[in-house]
Amino acid sequence: MKMTRRSFLQVSGLAGGGFLLGFQLTAAEARTAPVADDEFAPNAWVRIDPDGRITAVVASSEMGQGVMTAIPMLLAEELEADWQSIHAEFAPADTAYTNPIIGQQLTGGSTAVRGYWTPVREAGAAARMMLLAAAAQRWGVAENACTARNSEVIHAASGRRLGYGELASEAAKQPVPAAVFLKEPGEFALLGTPQKRLDTPQKCDGSALFAQDVTRPNMLTAVVQRCPVFGGTRKGFDAESARQVKGVVDVLPLDDDAVAVVAEGWWPAQQARDKLRIDWDFAGNGGLSSADITAQFEQAVDAGISARSEGDVAAALDKASTTLEATYEVPYLAHACMEPMTCVAEIGENGCDVWVGTQAQTRTQQTAMAITGLPQEQVRVHTLFLGGGFGRRSEQDFVRDAVSLAKQTGRPVKVIWSREDDIQHDYYRPATFNRLAAALDADGRPVAWRHRIAGPSIRARNSEQVRESGMDGSSVEGAENLPYRIENLDVTYAMVNPPVPVGYWRSVGSSQNAFITEAFFDEVARAAGRDPYELRLELLADQPRHRGVLELAATKAGWGEPLPAGRARGIAVAKSFGSYCAQVAEVELDEKRVRVKRVVCALDCGQIVNPAIIEAQMESGIAYGLNATLNGEITIGNGRVQQGNFDDYPLLGIAEMPEVEVHIVDSDASPGGVGEPGTPPIAPAVANAVFALTGKPVRRLPIRLG
Amino acid sequence: MLKLTVNDEAREVDVDPQTPLLWVLRDHLGLTGTKFSCGIAQCGACTVHVDGVATRSCSTPVSAVAGRAIVTIEGLSAQAEHPVQRAWIELDVPQCGFCQSGQIMAAASLLSEHPTPTDAEIDQGMGGVLCRCGTYNRIRAAIKRAAELASEEAQA
Repeated sequence: MKMTRRSFLQVSGLAGGGFLLGFQLTAAEARTAPVADDEFAPNAWVRIDPDGRITAVVASSEMGQGVMTAIPMLLAEELEADWQSIHAEFAPADTAYTNPIIGQQLTGGSTAVRGYWTPVREAGAAARMMLLAAAAQRWGVAENACTARNSEVIHAASGRRLGYGELASEAAKQPVPAAVFLKEPGEFALLGTPQKRLDTPQKCDGSALFAQDVTRPNMLTAVVQRCPVFGGTRKGFDAESARQVKGVVDVLPLDDDAVAVVAEGWWPAQQARDKLRIDWDFAGNGGLSSADITAQFEQAVDAGISARSEGDVAAALDKASTTLEATYEVPYLAHACMEPMTCVAEIGENGCDVWVGTQAQTRTQQTAMAITGLPQEQVRVHTLFLGGGFGRRSEQDFVRDAVSLAKQTGRPVKVIWSREDDIQHDYYRPATFNRLAAALDADGRPVAWRHRIAGPSIRARNSEQVRESGMDGSSVEGAENLPYRIENLDVTYAMVNPPVPVGYWRSVGSSQNAFITEAFFDEVARAAGRDPYELRLELLADQPRHRGVLELAATKAGWGEPLPAGRARGIAVAKSFGSYCAQVAEVELDEKRVRVKRVVCALDCGQIVNPAIIEAQMESGIAYGLNATLNGEITIGNGRVQQGNFDDYPLLGIAEMPEVEVHIVDSDASPGGVGEPGTPPIAPAVANAVFALTGKPVRRLPIRLG
Repeated sequence: MLKLTVNDEAREVDVDPQTPLLWVLRDHLGLTGTKFSCGIAQCGACTVHVDGVATRSCSTPVSAVAGRAIVTIEGLSAQAEHPVQRAWIELDVPQCGFCQSGQIMAAASLLSEHPTPTDAEIDQGMGGVLCRCGTYNRIRAAIKRAAELASEEAQA
């Protein structure tokens, strides 16, 4: 047992005799916490009803990664709750739910389990202690003569037992413990076991609610036509024929770069939108192309800022017996969540309500506050299931659309973007241009590594510090933390910000940098005449967790064993978001198409919460990264995105999905992320297999065999 | 007024006959289990059954299905007891869940045509139903499991 101290500020009884426990409540919240009825207790992490139903309030957003199951498991473990009686619901936006790693209520960076690992377990432990105290008091026995298990308190000496529901109202009157004991990893009974997802049943009968499914009385539906050219603005518009469409209620200017149609239903709104005539000012960007952007990157790439510098790379390159140079490129990518961006907003006497599948409750609340002028306590964020997130749903553009239109129309408004809006107005994964160089000594040992990156910065948009310094950590992650021991090593970054918006895309900088570094590593191994797996192990002598996953993946994949003719393996490893992931891909070429037949994935994410969900997340991360490897490419022409839907921005289909085997390292290290770490290694693993098959290195994505 | 039969119920709607069935289901009949994702029959999130055949409701004018038997995810079974739904739950297929109504409707249609589908038939039948979370391997396994469950049911 490990003791931790935290100030639990609030405990309250529910009118129906239930029990709820919250903590970290601010003064304002503490005043509103005692609830008038037992319907909802917005500040609590856990609520126990008199009938024994236990509700875990989940502060994170469920976008498929299983957080709505993992967080309740943390709670149930320390609460000694019967897992079968646990329910989960989403928390409102509230500072009580701030993720300690991020400093706001936001689901991103694979931080949910890492951030709430301690506070949610403490909440469960505190509730358990109060239930024990209530039972001991009722029976007139010592607390330490009682034990809690399976949602019951048991007095072993007398054989008496009481369910948590029966104890709820008395537990609520117990003093809140100032300190709690948490289990040591060896004492876990639930954590580490495969448990079914709590959200599965409602996702199999159509009843799970996404923002797209929300309806409010008197609600209008809106579509938004945004300037197709990035950075452009609206000069004027003619909506006369749009207004003639039956069901259209109004056509409104929105921001300085859009026109919205509001209607009774989505179809008439979309029909009317096609009839809009809008005069745009393209702000000089109407001729921008991908070729221009690449040229800007190429011009800047050799004059970057140092992200990491060790030894003397220039000297090592000069005197080396063998040197290699290569240029690597990756394109912009859209997130392409299956649910296009959607938000519902309603402004009334009691404030503003926002129903949205968001990764960012804090920002959503701030967005609505800024538009409505309402104070925080009058802006309520209702988080729905997210139809995919991947970083896209941390953005606020679609929230702004809905709140602005609710304000303008005075009616509840649901904004649903079309797929074309979604593909053409994303915050894209940055395109980058990279120049790499390496040197081998006379024994074929890598002695120098130079990686120069040029591309846009995600954080420059919101950070003056990033703009002034010219350095964005998210642009170099996965490159500056190259794990290999190479004496002379330089990584630089040249920030170039074309008017194409960029944002967080599953695994962020590692999504491209793992490809670039791990694919170039295989070029180095080839030049050194070494097996790429053996050379990795040698240069990772002081990185045991990288080695651990590499060895596990290689062993399970049968690295070095013969394969059928026409098939080859590629291997790659990457650390991201606190976890280590290695993958071996088996690849065949079929009429110039890359066919990925099998992927063996090894993950070390520290403490395992739910291995079934981790396995699913590895499959998911691989599928997401594989689409970027084989298909994904956003190009710019005439200042706009040239793709628009799944016909020209194709997604991986079932026939392209490889067999995936997942092996998880047994570990009691502190938990790492699982939502993103499966993505970075797949592109280089596949690229390296293609290199092994063709002898030609793959230096840009998506892979086009020519 | 257009007369529709949705999940065995007679419904009447007053809409432009060109309105896609998807928006009639969602905006007029309140059946939101069927999802909008691409709008051009490229992703399958909007899949429903029309006379038992998997159909992309986003690209089907409502007038084309008047009088025909339309089944949505809400009407596939009363308590999620369809073999496909049981298999989906047993194997914990969904992640974000947004595409899963379409996946389940497409799988049910596939199984009615091929009661024990081969991998190639699964690729063919499910190829147009996209999942961005990458649940494909569980979908494949669940279709095979659903085939077993259906066969057990038939023998019982």
